[in-house]
Amino acid sequence: MTALPQTTQKKLGLVIDLDICVGCHACVTNCKEWNTSNYGAPLSDVDAYGAEPMGTFLNRIHTYEVKQEGCNAQTVHFPKSCLHCDDAPCVTVCPTGASYKREEDGIVLVNEDRCMGCGLCAWACPYGARELDQLAGVMKKCTLCVDRIYNENLPEEDRVPACVRTCPAGARHFGDFADPDSNVSRLSAERGGMELMPEQGTKPVNRYLPPRPKTDIGGENKIDILAPFLEPVVNEEATQDQPGGFLGWLDKALEKI
Amino acid sequence: MHPAPSVIIFTSLSGLGFGLLFWLGIGYPEVYGMSAFGMFFVAYALAVGGLLASTAHLGNPKNAIHAFSQWRTSWLSREGIASVVTLLLMAVYAIGMVFLGQRFQILGWIGAALSMFTVFTTSMIYAQLKTVPRWNMRLTSVMFLTYAVAGGALLAGQISIAVVLLLVLTLVQFAVWQAGDKRFREAGHTIETATGLGNLGKVRLLEPPHTSPNYLMKEMVFTVGRKHSRKLRMIAGVSLGLLPVILLYALPFNPISAALAVAFHVLGLFAARWLFFAEAEHVVGLYYDKR
Ligand code: SF4
Ligand code: SF4
Ligand code: SF4
Repeated sequence: MTALPQTTQKKLGLVIDLDICVGCHACVTNCKEWNTSNYGAPLSDVDAYGAEPMGTFLNRIHTYEVKQEGCNAQTVHFPKSCLHCDDAPCVTVCPTGASYKREEDGIVLVNEDRCMGCGLCAWACPYGARELDQLAGVMKKCTLCVDRIYNENLPEEDRVPACVRTCPAGARHFGDFADPDSNVSRLSAERGGMELMPEQGTKPVNRYLPPRPKTDIGGENKIDILAPFLEPVVNEEATQDQPGGFLGWLDKALEKI
Repeated sequence: MHPAPSVIIFTSLSGLGFGLLFWLGIGYPEVYGMSAFGMFFVAYALAVGGLLASTAHLGNPKNAIHAFSQWRTSWLSREGIASVVTLLLMAVYAIGMVFLGQRFQILGWIGAALSMFTVFTTSMIYAQLKTVPRWNMRLTSVMFLTYAVAGGALLAGQISIAVVLLLVLTLVQFAVWQAGDKRFREAGHTIETATGLGNLGKVRLLEPPHTSPNYLMKEMVFTVGRKHSRKLRMIAGVSLGLLPVILLYALPFNPISAALAVAFHVLGLFAARWLFFAEAEHVVGLYYDKR
């Protein structure tokens, strides 16, 4: 039923740390690998080796440049998967009842046996978290790895989402936001976890930790923090067979041995 | 948004069909026998044809039957139910007019109201979407309803009222363009709110997540052809109302000028509906730094 539950007993979701993510796409790959071989239809690729490859993914990494006037630009890798919104518009628009939000843990899922592939839910999601599979014709989205987190056939340390388990940097955390003492609630409280596009009113469960402020290394053209230490050498006159700078120093240092 | 032919045909034709059913339902024109048959045939061809076209948009049509189940929350589900109920009810009314020489007046009135409700539900599929600010306003429903009533009047041959309605429609359409152009800015979504990185500075996309367009971009980040939108607006704006009105008034009334008036109206309708989709910007485009 596409009515949303009033409240959910748990609010399972992810904390994504934008300070730590290195943009390696490991979570994207492991997400695809786990989800193409488990819950529902496989995540197809179309024209995979051709000129315009296109595939279904439940998790995507954008990379942004953030720049403040007079400061150096900063690169932010930005993983994006379903935020399992409390007020999920993708669920209420669904005409077939295929989309639903679980009362017990807040996970938003698609029942592929009912989905008619109209795509309206993907239109209703502000975050681009739903993709219609081009071969199966049904809607695919992040399942929060519902088939891992409760799966007693897996060793305990694997009972977390595939993306969380695989992230080499530890940028993704899984837990229950309804519990104020959970790892994710505490992380989010400590680091000012934020909602994406809050003005859409979707009340996302997932939180993003903003990048920590970077130490200002002195404005635009002073990017080389070693420069001051090398200054005395740099200032020495450089001639054709007497190179200056670091090479000059190296040259002299080797001479002395 | 991607202006898929299936949704353009669906919204345009079914709107016209239900508009015509509205006029037939309230008894303008009150026709019986063969001429009633002709009228109802056109109305059903348009309404049903439009609905069938919409199924071409489905990835998995075998589950379409479930679309009648979620009327409590989903406008698309309500649209499906409303159109089927309207078509069934009006079929009984049509049988009366065509075969029995009888007009079941009450049935006609209910059918007319349901026809308008059906068009309203169609409009709400789009107007409900906060993610597409251009659509997310009441005027969207006003526009769909005006299109249906005006186009229906034209098809029903109610010339004097059709002329007025077509002019009103032209005004509504221009008002929708005016208001729509401001909606995205008014809604306040930017790449900074989308990423939450605004307090760190100005954000721009450095590297997209994939090298060629995916489903999201093909479906929702449609930017092709917007450069022609001014010209298309003029063509649509003139063709959907002004040209038909001139044809109906300036020339002595005959089937050819009437048919031409309808043809121009439909041309304007298709052009305007193409723009309705092509010009609509989805907020997900912000993540791709393009709208
Ligand atoms: S992120 Fe999108 S798909 Fe996920 S619950 Fe929110 S609106 Fe629905
Ligand atoms: S694509 Fe499937 S899940 Fe999405 S709204 Fe349509 S029927 Fe529901
Ligand atoms: S929770 Fe599972 S399905 Fe969701 S993004 Fe992570 S790996 Fe993919």
